[in-house]
Amino acid sequence: MARLTMPPAAIRRRTFLSLAPAVAAGAAGFPRALFASGAPVTVGVILPLSGAFADQGSHYEVGMRLFQEMNGTRAAGREVRLVIRDDQGPGSGDLARRLTQELILRERANIILGYSFTPNAMSAAGLLTEAKVPGIIVNAATSVLTQRSDYFTRISVTMSQVAHSLGTWAAGNGIKTVYTIVSDYAPGLDAEKWFVKGFTDGGGTILRSDRTPLAAMEYVPFLQRAIEAKPDAVFAFNPGGDVSIAFIKQAGERLKGTGIKLLVTGDVVDDNLLPAMGDAIQDVISAWHYQIDVDNAANRRFLAAFRAKFGANAVPSYRVVQGYDGMALIYQTLDKTGGRTEGDVFMAALKGARLDSPRGPVLIDPATREIVENIYIRRSAFANGVGVNTTFATIEAVRDPAK
Amino acid sequence: MTASAPIRLALPVLIAIAMACYLAFPDYLGLMASILIVAAFALSYDLLQGYAGIVSLGHAVFFGIGAYTVAVLGSHGISEPLVTLAAALVVSGAVAGLLARIVVVGNDFTRLLVTLGVDFLFHEAANKMRWLTGGADGLSSFEVGPIAGLFAFDFRGQTAFFYALGVLVLIYLAVWRITTSPFGLALRGIRDNARRMHAVGAPVARHMAVTYVLSGAIAGMAGALLAQTSNFASLDMLGFERSAEAVMMTAIGGTGSIPGVVLGATLFTWLKDALSALSPKYWHLGLGIVLMASVFVLPEGLAGLPARLGRLLRRPR
Amino acid sequence: MNASGLLTVLVDGIAYGMLLFLFSIGLSITLGLMRFINLAHGAFAMGGGYVLVVLVGMAGLPFLLALPVAFVAAGLLGAALELTVIRHVYRKSELQQVLFSIGLAFAAGAIANILFGPQQQPIPLPGWATHMVTVLGIAISGYRLFVMGCGLVALGLLIALFNHTLFGARVRAAVDKRVTAEGIGINVGRLFAAAFSLGAAFAGLGGALAVGFLGLDPSFPLKYLVIVLMVVAIGGPGSISGSFVAALFLGVADALFKYWLPEVGGFVIYAILVAVMIVLPKGLAGKPA
Repeated sequence: MARLTMPPAAIRRRTFLSLAPAVAAGAAGFPRALFASGAPVTVGVILPLSGAFADQGSHYEVGMRLFQEMNGTRAAGREVRLVIRDDQGPGSGDLARRLTQELILRERANIILGYSFTPNAMSAAGLLTEAKVPGIIVNAATSVLTQRSDYFTRISVTMSQVAHSLGTWAAGNGIKTVYTIVSDYAPGLDAEKWFVKGFTDGGGTILRSDRTPLAAMEYVPFLQRAIEAKPDAVFAFNPGGDVSIAFIKQAGERLKGTGIKLLVTGDVVDDNLLPAMGDAIQDVISAWHYQIDVDNAANRRFLAAFRAKFGANAVPSYRVVQGYDGMALIYQTLDKTGGRTEGDVFMAALKGARLDSPRGPVLIDPATREIVENIYIRRSAFANGVGVNTTFATIEAVRDPAK
Repeated sequence: MTASAPIRLALPVLIAIAMACYLAFPDYLGLMASILIVAAFALSYDLLQGYAGIVSLGHAVFFGIGAYTVAVLGSHGISEPLVTLAAALVVSGAVAGLLARIVVVGNDFTRLLVTLGVDFLFHEAANKMRWLTGGADGLSSFEVGPIAGLFAFDFRGQTAFFYALGVLVLIYLAVWRITTSPFGLALRGIRDNARRMHAVGAPVARHMAVTYVLSGAIAGMAGALLAQTSNFASLDMLGFERSAEAVMMTAIGGTGSIPGVVLGATLFTWLKDALSALSPKYWHLGLGIVLMASVFVLPEGLAGLPARLGRLLRRPR
Repeated sequence: MNASGLLTVLVDGIAYGMLLFLFSIGLSITLGLMRFINLAHGAFAMGGGYVLVVLVGMAGLPFLLALPVAFVAAGLLGAALELTVIRHVYRKSELQQVLFSIGLAFAAGAIANILFGPQQQPIPLPGWATHMVTVLGIAISGYRLFVMGCGLVALGLLIALFNHTLFGARVRAAVDKRVTAEGIGINVGRLFAAAFSLGAAFAGLGGALAVGFLGLDPSFPLKYLVIVLMVVAIGGPGSISGSFVAALFLGVADALFKYWLPEVGGFVIYAILVAVMIVLPKGLAGKPA
């Protein structure tokens, strides 16, 4: 690991100033009033905003801005300022790392909120530890991430939480045999591993596990293999966006009439993608931590604000909620610390935090800094040109089974 | 060599510019280090295309192998940067040696596609070999020791800056030395007229293969630099996009001009950074316009700019 | 593994190959005939896709009526760009062409992002398209059948156009001996503009048909660039029938390997590319590249 070294004398002073946020964490002697009187809190935001994954990034940003529009831009008396950078998607881990460093050094970011993809968060973990800056993972779902830095927490979901819940549910609900089809990269393998574990622990049998090339748009060969194996259900994971649209459309065509159920993680049938999938989503069963039908006051308030801004029929992606909750977690923690942002103070206040989220109750596990939340088992349906995911079973307060 | 006179002058000027930037923008060391690394990569590609005339859309294969070499050694306790840098040079050069046979056949267009295909094959193989490469998650928990046991990499990126600058200067001198040697002259002959070089008895295929190995080894060093300074290695480092960027930077800088290519890499990387900070969502538009305009404004790249300005200034009189 | 499963996979692979063929026509024309490396080719396909989305999704025009509009619109866009800018790039070096066209692709994606946003575009397909049809015992969606039909019609029309009309003869003459062609009064500039916009039009048609298959978002121009380049290279630049064979070959080989040996599925098409380029550097059609 890289370490802080003593720089040459000529620049030592400037180094000290720019590392002030980090150093202050150690000194911890600043009077509280200094923070309350209002130097802004800078939240450095790192999202994919250009290229193939620009759509994802824009959703988180919408959520963050919506939260500020609803709750004002001040928390604990300090202005909360967003500085947004584009990490261009999963193919740029070293860029995500550099942006993290620059946001901390140049923009004096007190907190980092972002990372849609696991490698990008991985690459920044060491930096956050070194600078003692809290990093709130807005999406990346690989379980091990929160163990890579003591300053990481997650406001999304882990792939293991979702896949394990779905596997357990399937085994307990009359499905005896499953054929799995996942994209051949880390989150896909995570999904496969934890679905299989939940399902076989519940007494189910896996007939076969196929892995598909990451960028593949043609799934008929895999679906055909699955059909020939005659399972009760197919479990699938793929990386969302156009890939999942292509998958669901082809699965809808091929599995229709075979009696084989389709089980997926909820990102594959994101509420927001349903219009592009058409009637192929009929009867797809999925597990996820948010869909618009969640019935609570926080979700009603969130949806009302979202629709006031984007139109009466607008459907938010779960990613909007993750961005929104990321800001909610920051505001709530600032309230608790009285506006202090030093890494150790902030993280101490953040552990054990409870949020009244549009997705339902959320807890940040004080021991692991991992999110604990409801996982919903939903069925997709398409009628009159509109697709919806409807919850029919709720598994409450799911912890990450990988920890 | 009269042609080397400006190159001789250019190196001190480039170092002076780098030092001036270091003093003027102390908060931009991360960006500067990545510019220096990308410039080293672009130089390796220029040796291949600008001097031997071998086009490639898969040069990042060697960049990525260099990065993975550092990461894999670092995970097994070998973490001294100069040692892993040398290892990256050897491994990338060796892989280039294996690939050289299939790259030197054919014409420009087939070479573009063969190298493109090879790049995708390596990318897919690296994705599959999760036990070695970490798959799509990349490798991020490997050790990078202090350089020569003395200079540890720091948060602000000072060590990274001077280290990358030092290695870039070495690579600059190496490429310069290679291209001005008798071997380099033979390369230019091959680039300009391969058939005639055949006729005069030059071992064209062997010269091209040797260049490919040298260029691959240097690209591996650049990749090693990135892995060491960012403590990270991932699939994208051997991806097609990075290969394509090397082609673009070389073209912007001016093919076959060592200082031009360094400037081209600098301009391209800085532009991307500045535009994406300005408009994180729509910066591709700005980049696209600059690329299109450069074809008309700088037909010979940045290296051709002095001559072009000279002509423009002389014309009115 | 059984015979009807194999046929199903085969037919779907062919349908995918047809789409690749429609994408690749324009690039094959510009690369093979005009010697112009147009990496922005996918932008015309994207343009066709957005025209379809606007007409069908927003204006409610019938799908079959919107398709020819997308074809013409992409062709006009191609003509406009060719006449104003692109024709000045033909004489530049290959590297400059790459630089220019990749810049154009970047800009086109960003413009689509500004106009339509980064999201996937929904497209309501007509009832016959999602209906499954059984042909010779194989179930296939009406949409895939339709795409296959479009591919075959395009192949027939283009072969007839290039081999049996005066236009085709002139293009061939201009490509082989430009100076001579100009000497006998052929307006090569106008001819190239026509050929370019024809290629753009077919890309637009392919893009419009692709929306129902592959979705549509602003990253489209770069996402399909590599596979289209592969089709053209394997087929042999400038050869319509070569591109056709290469596109079907890639589509089918890709599908079959995924069906039989999914473990190597990600390697197949790239291995084919490298092998073909080494053994047949000029592609299947063997025309000079």
